[in-house]
Amino acid sequence: MAYSEKLLDHFKNPKNVGTLDKSKKSVGTGLVGAPECGDVMRLQIKVSEEGVIEDAKFKTFGCGSAIASSSLATEWLKGKNLDEASTIDNMDIVEELALPPVKIHCSVLAEDAIKMAIKDYREKNGQ
Amino acid sequence: MENNLIYFDNNATTPCDPRVVDTMLPWFYQNPGNAASRSHAFGWKAEEAVDYARGQVADLISVESKEIIFTSGATEANNLAIKGVFEMYARKGNHIITLTTEHKAVLDACDKVEKLGGDVTYLSVDREGLVDLKALEDAITDKTVLVSIMWANNETGVIQPMKEIGEICSRKGVLLFSDATQAVGKIPVDPKATGVHLMAFTAHKMYGPKGVGALFVNRKKPRVKVVAQMDGGGHERGMRSGTLNVTGIVGFGKAAEIAKQEMEADAKRLVVLRDKLEQAFEERLEEVYVNGSRTSRMPHVTNISFKHVEGEGLMMTFNENIAVSSGSACTSSSLEPSYVLIALGLGDDLAHSSIRFSLGRFTKEEEIDRAIDLVANGVTHMRDLSPIWEMYKEGVDLDSVQWQEH
Repeated sequence: MAYSEKLLDHFKNPKNVGTLDKSKKSVGTGLVGAPECGDVMRLQIKVSEEGVIEDAKFKTFGCGSAIASSSLATEWLKGKNLDEASTIDNMDIVEELALPPVKIHCSVLAEDAIKMAIKDYREKNGQ
Repeated sequence: MENNLIYFDNNATTPCDPRVVDTMLPWFYQNPGNAASRSHAFGWKAEEAVDYARGQVADLISVESKEIIFTSGATEANNLAIKGVFEMYARKGNHIITLTTEHKAVLDACDKVEKLGGDVTYLSVDREGLVDLKALEDAITDKTVLVSIMWANNETGVIQPMKEIGEICSRKGVLLFSDATQAVGKIPVDPKATGVHLMAFTAHKMYGPKGVGALFVNRKKPRVKVVAQMDGGGHERGMRSGTLNVTGIVGFGKAAEIAKQEMEADAKRLVVLRDKLEQAFEERLEEVYVNGSRTSRMPHVTNISFKHVEGEGLMMTFNENIAVSSGSACTSSSLEPSYVLIALGLGDDLAHSSIRFSLGRFTKEEEIDRAIDLVANGVTHMRDLSPIWEMYKEGVDLDSVQWQEH
Protein backbone atom coordinates (compact mmCIF):
# COMPACT_ATOMS: atom_id res chain seq x y z
CA MET A 1 0.00 0.00 0.00
CA ALA A 2 1.58 3.26 -1.09
CA TYR A 3 0.86 6.30 1.03
CA SER A 4 0.76 9.91 -0.11
CA GLU A 5 3.65 12.30 0.49
CA LYS A 6 1.49 14.41 2.80
CA LEU A 7 0.55 11.42 4.91
CA LEU A 8 4.15 10.28 5.19
CA ASP A 9 5.26 13.77 6.16
CA HIS A 10 2.66 13.99 8.95
CA PHE A 11 3.71 10.52 10.10
CA LYS A 12 7.45 11.17 10.10
CA ASN A 13 7.27 14.75 11.39
CA PRO A 14 4.03 14.86 13.33
CA LYS A 15 2.87 18.35 14.24
CA ASN A 16 1.69 19.32 17.72
CA VAL A 17 2.49 16.16 19.63
CA GLY A 18 1.96 16.67 23.32
CA THR A 19 -0.27 17.05 26.29
CA LEU A 20 -2.26 20.03 27.62
CA ASP A 21 -3.37 20.25 31.24
CA LYS A 22 -6.83 18.74 31.06
CA SER A 23 -7.79 20.17 34.46
CA LYS A 24 -7.70 23.72 33.07
CA LYS A 25 -11.03 25.30 32.11
CA SER A 26 -9.57 26.58 28.85
CA VAL A 27 -8.67 23.06 27.69
CA GLY A 28 -11.04 20.61 26.01
CA THR A 29 -10.01 16.95 25.69
CA GLY A 30 -11.29 14.27 23.32
CA LEU A 31 -10.21 10.66 23.87
CA VAL A 32 -11.61 8.21 21.35
CA GLY A 33 -10.97 4.62 20.28
CA ALA A 34 -9.81 1.66 22.35
CA PRO A 35 -6.55 -0.30 22.65
CA GLU A 36 -8.42 -3.48 21.68
CA CYS A 37 -9.39 -1.86 18.38
CA GLY A 38 -5.85 -0.81 17.61
CA ASP A 39 -6.54 2.93 17.70
CA VAL A 40 -6.64 5.42 20.55
CA MET A 41 -6.60 9.11 19.73
CA ARG A 42 -6.35 11.92 22.25
CA LEU A 43 -6.87 15.39 20.89
CA GLN A 44 -6.81 18.54 23.04
CA ILE A 45 -7.65 22.17 22.31
CA LYS A 46 -6.82 25.30 24.27
CA VAL A 47 -9.40 28.00 23.70
CA SER A 48 -8.79 31.73 24.22
CA GLU A 49 -11.24 34.04 25.99
CA GLU A 50 -12.37 35.20 22.56
CA GLY A 51 -13.37 31.62 21.73
CA VAL A 52 -10.54 30.94 19.31
CA ILE A 53 -8.48 27.72 19.41
CA GLU A 54 -4.99 29.00 20.15
CA ASP A 55 -3.33 25.66 20.64
CA ALA A 56 -4.02 22.02 19.80
CA LYS A 57 -2.11 18.90 20.80
CA PHE A 58 -2.48 15.19 20.16
CA LYS A 59 -1.17 11.80 21.07
CA THR A 60 -2.25 8.73 19.10
CA PHE A 61 -1.78 5.00 19.45
CA GLY A 62 -2.43 3.62 16.01
CA CYS A 63 -1.30 3.06 12.49
CA GLY A 64 0.37 5.65 10.28
CA SER A 65 -2.93 6.90 8.91
CA ALA A 66 -4.34 7.46 12.40
CA ILE A 67 -1.25 9.42 13.44
CA ALA A 68 -1.27 11.51 10.26
CA SER A 69 -5.02 12.18 10.59
CA SER A 70 -4.64 13.48 14.12
CA SER A 71 -1.56 15.54 13.27
CA LEU A 72 -3.44 17.15 10.38
CA ALA A 73 -6.50 17.77 12.58
CA THR A 74 -4.44 19.72 15.12
CA GLU A 75 -3.01 21.87 12.30
CA TRP A 76 -6.47 22.66 11.00
CA LEU A 77 -7.89 23.42 14.45
CA LYS A 78 -5.44 26.16 15.34
CA GLY A 79 -6.85 29.64 14.72
CA LYS A 80 -10.41 28.45 14.19
CA ASN A 81 -13.33 29.33 16.47
CA LEU A 82 -15.38 26.45 17.89
CA ASP A 83 -18.18 26.70 15.32
CA GLU A 84 -15.68 26.62 12.47
CA ALA A 85 -13.85 23.72 14.09
CA SER A 86 -17.11 21.76 14.35
CA THR A 87 -17.46 21.82 10.57
CA ILE A 88 -14.27 19.80 9.95
CA ASP A 89 -15.47 16.69 8.16
CA ASN A 90 -13.68 13.36 8.07
CA MET A 91 -13.89 13.34 4.28
CA ASP A 92 -11.78 16.51 4.20
CA ILE A 93 -9.06 14.54 5.98
CA VAL A 94 -9.48 11.58 3.62
CA GLU A 95 -9.03 13.90 0.67
CA GLU A 96 -6.08 15.85 2.06
CA LEU A 97 -4.09 12.73 3.01
CA ALA A 98 -5.41 10.55 0.16
CA LEU A 99 -6.37 7.85 2.65
CA PRO A 100 -7.11 4.46 1.10
CA PRO A 101 -10.62 3.03 1.76
CA VAL A 102 -9.45 0.67 4.54
CA LYS A 103 -8.10 3.68 6.43
CA ILE A 104 -11.20 5.88 6.33
CA HIS A 105 -12.00 4.89 9.93
CA CYS A 106 -8.85 6.79 11.00
CA SER A 107 -10.36 10.03 9.69
CA VAL A 108 -13.66 9.24 11.40
CA LEU A 109 -11.77 8.82 14.63
CA ALA A 110 -10.13 12.24 14.16
CA GLU A 111 -13.49 13.91 13.50
CA ASP A 112 -14.93 12.25 16.59
CA ALA A 113 -11.95 13.40 18.67
CA ILE A 114 -12.43 17.00 17.49
CA LYS A 115 -16.15 16.92 18.33
CA MET A 116 -15.50 15.37 21.72
CA ALA A 117 -12.82 17.94 22.60
CA ILE A 118 -15.18 20.80 21.68
CA LYS A 119 -17.99 19.21 23.68
CA ASP A 120 -15.69 18.77 26.67
CA TYR A 121 -14.64 22.43 26.50
CA ARG A 122 -18.23 23.65 26.19
CA GLU A 123 -19.43 21.53 29.09
CA LYS A 124 -16.62 22.79 31.30
CA ASN A 125 -17.52 26.35 30.47
CA GLY A 126 -21.29 25.99 30.76
CA GLN A 127 -21.91 26.62 27.06
CA MET B 1 19.23 -7.80 -1.90
CA GLU B 2 17.84 -4.54 -3.19
CA ASN B 3 18.76 -1.14 -1.67
CA ASN B 4 20.26 -2.46 1.49
CA LEU B 5 16.75 -3.33 2.65
CA ILE B 6 16.87 -5.89 5.43
CA TYR B 7 14.60 -8.85 4.75
CA PHE B 8 13.19 -10.31 7.95
CA ASP B 9 10.07 -11.84 6.43
CA ASN B 10 11.37 -15.29 5.53
CA ASN B 11 8.21 -16.95 6.87
CA ALA B 12 6.27 -15.19 4.11
CA THR B 13 8.70 -16.39 1.49
CA THR B 14 12.42 -16.98 1.18
CA PRO B 15 14.69 -15.64 -1.54
CA CYS B 16 15.51 -18.31 -4.10
CA ASP B 17 19.04 -19.55 -3.44
CA PRO B 18 21.31 -18.61 -6.40
CA ARG B 19 22.41 -22.26 -6.61
CA VAL B 20 18.76 -23.21 -7.09
CA VAL B 21 18.32 -20.57 -9.78
CA ASP B 22 21.38 -21.89 -11.65
CA THR B 23 19.98 -25.41 -11.58
CA MET B 24 16.64 -24.23 -12.94
CA LEU B 25 17.87 -22.09 -15.84
CA PRO B 26 18.41 -24.87 -18.43
CA TRP B 27 14.85 -26.02 -17.86
CA PHE B 28 13.25 -22.90 -19.28
CA TYR B 29 14.61 -22.99 -22.85
CA GLN B 30 17.16 -25.72 -23.57
CA ASN B 31 15.02 -28.48 -22.09
CA PRO B 32 11.42 -27.58 -22.87
CA GLY B 33 9.87 -31.04 -22.54
CA ASN B 34 6.63 -32.06 -20.88
CA ALA B 35 7.36 -34.81 -18.38
CA ALA B 36 4.26 -36.62 -19.59
CA SER B 37 5.40 -36.78 -23.22
CA ARG B 38 6.33 -40.42 -23.69
CA SER B 39 7.13 -40.31 -27.41
CA HIS B 40 10.32 -38.27 -27.64
CA ALA B 41 13.60 -37.38 -25.98
CA PHE B 42 12.41 -34.01 -24.70
CA GLY B 43 9.73 -35.70 -22.66
CA TRP B 44 12.04 -38.44 -21.41
CA LYS B 45 14.59 -35.92 -20.30
CA ALA B 46 11.97 -33.89 -18.43
CA GLU B 47 10.62 -37.01 -16.79
CA GLU B 48 14.11 -37.99 -15.74
CA ALA B 49 14.67 -34.55 -14.20
CA VAL B 50 11.37 -34.74 -12.33
CA ASP B 51 12.24 -38.20 -11.03
CA TYR B 52 15.61 -36.98 -9.84
CA ALA B 53 14.06 -33.98 -8.07
CA ARG B 54 11.39 -36.22 -6.56
CA GLY B 55 14.20 -38.26 -5.08
CA GLN B 56 15.90 -35.16 -3.66
CA VAL B 57 12.65 -33.96 -2.07
CA ALA B 58 11.82 -37.43 -0.71
CA ASP B 59 15.32 -37.76 0.68
CA LEU B 60 15.00 -34.55 2.68
CA ILE B 61 12.08 -36.00 4.65
CA SER B 62 13.23 -39.65 4.55
CA VAL B 63 10.36 -41.04 2.49
CA GLU B 64 10.13 -42.93 -0.81
CA SER B 65 10.02 -41.01 -4.10
CA LYS B 66 6.66 -42.53 -4.95
CA GLU B 67 5.17 -40.94 -1.84
CA ILE B 68 5.74 -37.40 -3.14
CA ILE B 69 2.87 -35.76 -5.04
CA PHE B 70 3.91 -32.49 -6.63
CA THR B 71 1.42 -29.63 -6.40
CA SER B 72 1.39 -25.89 -7.10
CA GLY B 73 2.26 -25.14 -3.48
CA ALA B 74 1.34 -25.80 0.12
CA THR B 75 -2.16 -24.35 -0.15
CA GLU B 76 -3.03 -26.87 -2.84
CA ALA B 77 -1.37 -29.69 -0.89
CA ASN B 78 -3.37 -28.72 2.23
CA ASN B 79 -6.60 -28.70 0.25
CA LEU B 80 -5.80 -32.01 -1.42
CA ALA B 81 -5.02 -33.69 1.89
CA ILE B 82 -8.05 -32.46 3.81
CA LYS B 83 -10.73 -32.59 1.14
CA GLY B 84 -9.15 -35.64 -0.49
CA VAL B 85 -9.15 -37.67 2.73
CA PHE B 86 -12.64 -36.47 3.64
CA GLU B 87 -13.96 -37.75 0.30
CA MET B 88 -11.91 -40.95 0.21
CA TYR B 89 -12.85 -42.08 3.72
CA ALA B 90 -16.48 -40.95 3.71
CA ARG B 91 -17.59 -44.50 4.50
CA LYS B 92 -15.55 -44.56 7.67
CA GLY B 93 -16.69 -41.24 9.03
CA ASN B 94 -16.96 -37.50 8.52
CA HIS B 95 -15.08 -36.04 11.47
CA ILE B 96 -11.86 -34.01 11.25
CA ILE B 97 -9.88 -32.53 14.16
CA THR B 98 -7.65 -29.51 13.77
CA LEU B 99 -6.31 -26.48 15.69
CA THR B 100 -7.59 -22.92 15.88
CA THR B 101 -4.05 -21.71 15.08
CA GLU B 102 -3.72 -23.50 11.74
CA HIS B 103 -2.98 -21.62 8.54
CA LYS B 104 -5.98 -20.31 6.60
CA ALA B 105 -5.36 -22.89 3.88
CA VAL B 106 -6.23 -25.58 6.44
CA LEU B 107 -9.00 -23.68 8.23
CA ASP B 108 -10.73 -22.69 5.01
CA ALA B 109 -10.47 -26.23 3.64
CA CYS B 110 -12.04 -27.46 6.90
CA ASP B 111 -14.75 -24.85 6.50
CA LYS B 112 -15.50 -26.28 3.06
CA VAL B 113 -15.62 -29.78 4.55
CA GLU B 114 -18.24 -28.57 7.04
CA LYS B 115 -20.30 -27.14 4.19
CA LEU B 116 -20.09 -30.57 2.53
CA GLY B 117 -21.62 -32.19 5.62
CA GLY B 118 -18.46 -32.87 7.58
CA ASP B 119 -17.96 -32.31 11.26
CA VAL B 120 -14.85 -30.40 12.35
CA THR B 121 -13.48 -29.99 15.87
CA TYR B 122 -11.21 -26.99 16.38
CA LEU B 123 -8.97 -27.55 19.39
CA SER B 124 -7.67 -24.54 21.26
CA VAL B 125 -4.03 -24.13 22.26
CA ASP B 126 -2.45 -23.06 25.53
CA ARG B 127 -0.62 -19.81 26.28
CA GLU B 128 2.50 -21.27 24.65
CA GLY B 129 0.60 -22.07 21.47
CA LEU B 130 0.77 -25.83 22.07
CA VAL B 131 -1.98 -28.40 21.64
CA ASP B 132 -3.44 -30.13 24.70
CA LEU B 133 -2.69 -33.82 24.02
CA LYS B 134 -5.39 -35.04 26.38
CA ALA B 135 -7.98 -32.86 24.65
CA LEU B 136 -6.84 -34.23 21.30
CA GLU B 137 -7.17 -37.82 22.45
CA ASP B 138 -10.60 -37.14 23.93
CA ALA B 139 -11.78 -35.47 20.73
CA ILE B 140 -11.13 -38.55 18.58
CA THR B 141 -14.31 -40.57 17.95
CA ASP B 142 -15.13 -43.59 15.79
CA LYS B 143 -16.20 -41.11 13.11
CA THR B 144 -12.83 -39.34 13.01
CA VAL B 145 -11.07 -39.77 9.68
CA LEU B 146 -8.30 -37.20 10.02
CA VAL B 147 -6.32 -35.19 12.53
CA SER B 148 -4.72 -32.12 10.92
CA ILE B 149 -2.04 -30.40 13.00
CA MET B 150 0.63 -28.08 11.69
CA TRP B 151 4.26 -28.90 12.39
CA ALA B 152 5.35 -25.32 13.08
CA ASN B 153 3.26 -22.18 13.21
CA ASN B 154 3.83 -19.51 10.59
CA GLU B 155 3.23 -16.55 12.93
CA THR B 156 4.96 -17.67 16.11
CA GLY B 157 7.28 -20.47 14.96
CA VAL B 158 5.88 -22.71 17.73
CA ILE B 159 6.53 -26.41 17.05
CA GLN B 160 3.80 -28.86 18.04
CA PRO B 161 4.69 -32.13 19.85
CA MET B 162 4.34 -34.12 16.62
CA LYS B 163 5.80 -37.35 17.99
CA GLU B 164 3.24 -37.49 20.81
CA ILE B 165 0.45 -36.52 18.44
CA GLY B 166 1.59 -39.29 16.07
CA GLU B 167 1.47 -41.83 18.89
CA ILE B 168 -2.06 -40.85 19.86
CA CYS B 169 -3.26 -41.07 16.25
CA SER B 170 -1.60 -44.47 15.72
CA ARG B 171 -3.11 -45.81 18.91
CA LYS B 172 -6.56 -44.55 17.92
CA GLY B 173 -6.18 -45.67 14.33
CA VAL B 174 -6.80 -42.31 12.65
CA LEU B 175 -4.82 -40.67 9.89
CA LEU B 176 -2.57 -37.76 10.77
CA PHE B 177 -1.92 -34.93 8.34
CA SER B 178 0.53 -32.11 9.03
CA ASP B 179 0.98 -28.78 7.31
CA ALA B 180 4.76 -28.68 7.63
CA THR B 181 5.26 -25.70 5.34
CA GLN B 182 7.29 -23.73 7.88
CA ALA B 183 9.30 -26.67 9.18
CA VAL B 184 10.57 -28.67 6.19
CA GLY B 185 14.03 -27.61 5.11
CA LYS B 186 14.63 -25.68 8.33
CA ILE B 187 14.52 -28.38 11.01
CA PRO B 188 14.70 -32.18 10.70
CA VAL B 189 11.27 -33.49 9.66
CA ASP B 190 10.71 -37.24 9.36
CA PRO B 191 7.00 -37.99 8.91
CA LYS B 192 7.37 -41.77 8.94
CA ALA B 193 9.29 -41.83 12.20
CA THR B 194 6.73 -39.39 13.62
CA GLY B 195 3.58 -41.23 12.59
CA VAL B 196 2.48 -38.59 10.09
CA HIS B 197 0.63 -40.11 7.12
CA LEU B 198 0.22 -37.03 4.95
CA MET B 199 2.27 -33.86 4.96
CA ALA B 200 2.18 -30.61 2.97
CA PHE B 201 5.17 -28.39 2.25
CA THR B 202 6.46 -25.99 -0.36
CA ALA B 203 9.63 -24.93 -2.14
CA HIS B 204 9.46 -21.18 -1.60
CA LYS B 205 9.80 -21.41 2.19
CA MET B 206 13.09 -23.29 1.80
CA TYR B 207 14.96 -21.11 -0.69
CA GLY B 208 13.30 -22.67 -3.73
CA PRO B 209 10.98 -21.12 -6.31
CA LYS B 210 7.35 -20.10 -5.78
CA GLY B 211 4.61 -22.11 -7.49
CA VAL B 212 5.68 -25.63 -6.53
CA GLY B 213 4.93 -27.67 -3.44
CA ALA B 214 4.32 -31.25 -2.45
CA LEU B 215 2.05 -33.57 -0.54
CA PHE B 216 3.64 -36.61 1.06
CA VAL B 217 1.18 -39.51 1.03
CA ASN B 218 2.14 -42.65 2.95
CA ARG B 219 2.09 -45.73 0.69
CA LYS B 220 2.48 -48.63 3.07
CA LYS B 221 1.18 -49.42 6.55
CA PRO B 222 -1.18 -47.78 6.08
CA ARG B 223 -1.70 -47.28 2.37
CA VAL B 224 -3.25 -43.83 2.24
CA LYS B 225 -5.24 -42.49 -0.68
CA VAL B 226 -6.81 -39.14 -1.43
CA VAL B 227 -9.47 -38.27 -3.98
CA ALA B 228 -8.06 -35.89 -6.60
CA GLN B 229 -9.46 -32.39 -6.32
CA MET B 230 -8.78 -31.53 -9.94
CA ASP B 231 -9.82 -33.64 -12.90
CA GLY B 232 -7.49 -34.13 -15.82
CA GLY B 233 -4.76 -36.34 -17.19
CA GLY B 234 -4.26 -38.45 -14.09
CA HIS B 235 -0.75 -37.27 -13.31
CA GLU B 236 0.94 -37.95 -9.99
CA ARG B 237 -0.56 -41.41 -9.52
CA GLY B 238 -4.01 -40.01 -10.24
CA MET B 239 -3.98 -37.74 -7.24
CA ARG B 240 -3.05 -34.48 -8.93
CA SER B 241 -3.69 -33.84 -12.60
CA GLY B 242 -1.94 -31.11 -14.51
CA THR B 243 1.29 -30.76 -16.49
CA LEU B 244 4.19 -30.85 -14.08
CA ASN B 245 6.06 -27.62 -13.45
CA VAL B 246 9.36 -29.17 -14.51
CA THR B 247 11.48 -26.06 -13.99
CA GLY B 248 9.99 -25.44 -10.56
CA ILE B 249 10.30 -29.07 -9.55
CA VAL B 250 13.99 -29.13 -10.57
CA GLY B 251 14.48 -26.07 -8.36
CA PHE B 252 12.50 -27.64 -5.52
CA GLY B 253 14.76 -30.69 -5.71
CA LYS B 254 17.92 -28.63 -5.57
CA ALA B 255 16.54 -26.56 -2.68
CA ALA B 256 15.79 -29.79 -0.81
CA GLU B 257 19.28 -31.13 -1.45
CA ILE B 258 20.90 -27.94 -0.16
CA ALA B 259 18.56 -27.85 2.84
CA LYS B 260 19.49 -31.38 3.79
CA GLN B 261 23.18 -30.43 3.79
CA GLU B 262 22.93 -27.00 5.34
CA MET B 263 19.86 -26.70 7.56
CA GLU B 264 21.64 -27.75 10.70
CA ALA B 265 24.35 -25.12 10.25
CA ASP B 266 21.76 -22.51 9.21
CA ALA B 267 19.69 -23.25 12.31
CA LYS B 268 22.68 -23.05 14.64
CA ARG B 269 23.67 -19.66 13.25
CA LEU B 270 20.14 -18.25 13.13
CA VAL B 271 19.19 -19.19 16.67
CA VAL B 272 22.13 -17.10 17.91
CA LEU B 273 21.08 -14.12 15.80
CA ARG B 274 17.41 -14.49 16.76
CA ASP B 275 18.30 -14.62 20.45
CA LYS B 276 20.55 -11.60 20.08
CA LEU B 277 17.67 -9.63 18.56
CA GLU B 278 15.25 -10.67 21.28
CA GLN B 279 17.64 -10.02 24.13
CA ALA B 280 18.55 -6.58 22.81
CA PHE B 281 14.88 -5.55 22.78
CA GLU B 282 14.30 -6.96 26.24
CA GLU B 283 17.32 -5.10 27.59
CA ARG B 284 16.71 -1.78 25.87
CA LEU B 285 12.94 -1.49 26.08
CA GLU B 286 10.25 -1.93 28.70
CA GLU B 287 7.07 -3.94 28.21
CA VAL B 288 8.38 -6.33 25.57
CA TYR B 289 6.61 -9.70 25.28
CA VAL B 290 7.77 -12.70 23.24
CA ASN B 291 4.67 -14.54 22.03
CA GLY B 292 4.40 -18.32 22.16
CA SER B 293 6.71 -21.00 23.51
CA ARG B 294 10.34 -20.01 23.75
CA THR B 295 11.51 -23.60 23.99
CA SER B 296 9.50 -25.49 21.39
CA ARG B 297 9.92 -23.20 18.42
CA MET B 298 11.69 -22.67 15.12
CA PRO B 299 15.25 -21.32 15.32
CA HIS B 300 14.78 -18.33 13.03
CA VAL B 301 11.51 -16.79 14.20
CA THR B 302 10.43 -14.47 16.96
CA ASN B 303 7.06 -12.84 17.43
CA ILE B 304 7.26 -9.87 19.78
CA SER B 305 4.67 -7.47 21.17
CA PHE B 306 5.87 -3.97 22.02
CA LYS B 307 3.08 -2.95 24.37
CA HIS B 308 1.23 0.34 23.85
CA VAL B 309 2.56 0.68 20.31
CA GLU B 310 0.47 -0.28 17.30
CA GLY B 311 2.22 -2.73 14.98
CA GLU B 312 1.59 -1.18 11.60
CA GLY B 313 2.47 2.30 12.82
CA LEU B 314 5.68 0.90 14.26
CA MET B 315 6.52 -0.83 10.98
CA MET B 316 6.08 2.47 9.16
CA THR B 317 8.91 3.95 11.22
CA PHE B 318 11.40 1.48 9.76
CA ASN B 319 9.89 -0.06 6.65
CA GLU B 320 12.23 1.83 4.37
CA ASN B 321 14.98 -0.25 5.97
CA ILE B 322 13.48 -3.47 7.31
CA ALA B 323 10.77 -5.77 5.96
CA VAL B 324 8.79 -7.61 8.65
CA SER B 325 5.14 -8.44 9.21
CA SER B 326 2.68 -7.66 11.99
CA GLY B 327 -0.30 -9.28 13.65
CA SER B 328 -1.94 -5.89 13.78
CA ALA B 329 -5.34 -5.59 12.17
CA CYS B 330 -4.18 -2.61 10.20
CA THR B 331 -2.07 -4.83 7.97
CA SER B 332 -5.08 -6.81 6.86
CA SER B 333 -8.37 -5.71 5.41
CA SER B 334 -10.38 -7.50 8.09
CA LEU B 335 -9.73 -5.03 10.95
CA GLU B 336 -9.32 -8.06 13.22
CA PRO B 337 -5.91 -8.67 14.77
CA SER B 338 -4.10 -12.00 14.33
CA TYR B 339 -6.39 -14.94 15.23
CA VAL B 340 -3.28 -16.98 16.03
CA LEU B 341 -2.13 -14.58 18.75
CA ILE B 342 -5.68 -14.23 20.09
CA ALA B 343 -5.84 -18.05 20.32
CA LEU B 344 -2.73 -17.94 22.55
CA GLY B 345 -4.75 -15.82 24.97
CA LEU B 346 -3.15 -12.49 24.16
CA GLY B 347 -5.47 -9.54 24.51
CA ASP B 348 -6.38 -7.68 21.34
CA ASP B 349 -4.10 -4.84 22.46
CA LEU B 350 -1.01 -7.05 22.55
CA ALA B 351 -1.97 -8.71 19.28
CA HIS B 352 -2.20 -5.26 17.67
CA SER B 353 1.30 -4.53 19.00
CA SER B 354 3.02 -7.59 17.54
CA ILE B 355 5.81 -7.84 15.01
CA ARG B 356 7.12 -11.05 13.49
CA PHE B 357 10.81 -11.21 12.66
CA SER B 358 11.67 -14.24 10.53
CA LEU B 359 15.34 -14.57 9.64
CA GLY B 360 16.84 -16.74 6.94
CA ARG B 361 19.88 -18.26 5.31
CA PHE B 362 20.97 -14.90 3.92
CA THR B 363 20.58 -12.89 7.13
CA LYS B 364 23.81 -11.26 8.27
CA GLU B 365 24.79 -10.32 11.80
CA GLU B 366 25.28 -6.68 10.81
CA GLU B 367 21.65 -6.62 9.71
CA ILE B 368 20.60 -7.77 13.17
CA ASP B 369 22.67 -4.96 14.71
CA ARG B 370 21.13 -2.36 12.41
CA ALA B 371 17.65 -3.68 13.02
CA ILE B 372 18.05 -3.54 16.79
CA ASP B 373 18.73 0.22 16.60
CA LEU B 374 16.07 0.97 14.02
CA VAL B 375 13.31 -0.97 15.77
CA ALA B 376 14.20 0.20 19.28
CA ASN B 377 14.22 3.82 18.07
CA GLY B 378 10.90 3.25 16.31
CA VAL B 379 9.33 1.86 19.49
CA THR B 380 10.58 4.83 21.51
CA HIS B 381 9.27 7.28 18.89
CA MET B 382 5.87 5.61 18.80
CA ARG B 383 5.63 5.48 22.57
CA ASP B 384 6.34 9.21 22.73
CA LEU B 385 3.30 9.58 20.48
CA SER B 386 1.14 7.09 22.35
CA PRO B 387 -1.51 8.36 24.80
CA ILE B 388 -1.82 4.93 26.39
CA TRP B 389 1.93 4.75 26.99
CA GLU B 390 1.62 8.13 28.74
CA MET B 391 -1.29 6.85 30.84
CA TYR B 392 0.60 3.66 31.65
CA LYS B 393 3.60 5.73 32.77
CA GLU B 394 1.35 7.88 34.95
CA GLY B 395 0.05 4.75 36.62
CA VAL B 396 -3.44 4.86 35.13
CA ASP B 397 -5.17 1.47 35.22
CA LEU B 398 -5.93 1.08 31.53
CA ASP B 399 -8.58 -1.55 32.20
CA SER B 400 -10.58 0.95 34.23
CA VAL B 401 -10.69 3.54 31.42
CA GLN B 402 -14.03 3.95 29.66
CA TRP B 403 -12.90 3.60 26.04
CA GLN B 404 -15.05 4.97 23.25
CA GLU B 405 -15.06 1.90 21.06
CA HIS B 406 -15.90 2.18 17.43
